[in-house]
Amino acid sequence: MSLQHYLVISSILFSLGIFAVLTRKNAISILMGIELILNSCNLNFVAFSRFVTPAESIVGSEVFRFDGQIIAIFGIVLAAAEAAVFLAIILAIYREFGSIRPDEVDTLKG
Amino acid sequence: MEFTLKTFIFYGFALITIASALAVVTVRNIVHAAFALMVTLFGVAGLYVFLQADFLAATQVIVYVGGILVLILFGVMMTSGRLEMRIHIERGQLLLGGGISLALLMLLLTVIANTPIWKNLTDDGSPLTPTTKRIGELILNEKFLLPFEVVSVLLLVALIGAALISRKEVRD
Repeated sequence: MSLQHYLVISSILFSLGIFAVLTRKNAISILMGIELILNSCNLNFVAFSRFVTPAESIVGSEVFRFDGQIIAIFGIVLAAAEAAVFLAIILAIYREFGSIRPDEVDTLKG
Repeated sequence: MEFTLKTFIFYGFALITIASALAVVTVRNIVHAAFALMVTLFGVAGLYVFLQADFLAATQVIVYVGGILVLILFGVMMTSGRLEMRIHIERGQLLLGGGISLALLMLLLTVIANTPIWKNLTDDGSPLTPTTKRIGELILNEKFLLPFEVVSVLLLVALIGAALISRKEVRD
């Protein structure tokens, strides 16, 4: 398995996520698309830190390949926080408008 | 590349991930889409294992499948009546969105295929060493201590904010 295998997988996931965000009419489906995009980003971080190891991370015989993994952990935490706030906003919108289709929430439209 | 059991399992995980991600964006029923997303998240966790990130794979399963997916299902249950469970898509939007994401995919694949320094970076076959201890040291003791504290404050803010936004308004 080379780096390019992982990059191809994550770019397919990324474009599928973009497709969901652009075409779906339900806010929760859009959230699923965003989760796909975040997953593809995390996969890229981990793959790059596994294969492209900068010279300063080699200390003695031990090779440190953890920067990408830790950034991916932070990414997962941010995705959790984002999902919680997103769903809270969706619930508030549903109570106010009775629908979670983003194009029906147009009170601010001039 | 010789076709060993390892590559076979790798391609299996890759296929599962991509096929279920395709199902997430094409299936009509939103609950089915949520379960397809679960399979995708498991597939990505399997790919993390192939990248020798065992702790990250466990975190992915616990946080995404155990937390975020349950949140999404709760959101579906609380906001979708029986009629809204099905997703309908307009034809023009489908063509436009498909065109944009396909163009993006082509751009990314071209970049991946034509970047010389990314070529021939293959697995060095080093054995899987446990990563949990080193990650714990880096997060709690070394260079990622400050980001860790900042991110925990952010998580607290997000939790309080979500509770505040979603609670019923008390009218006096």
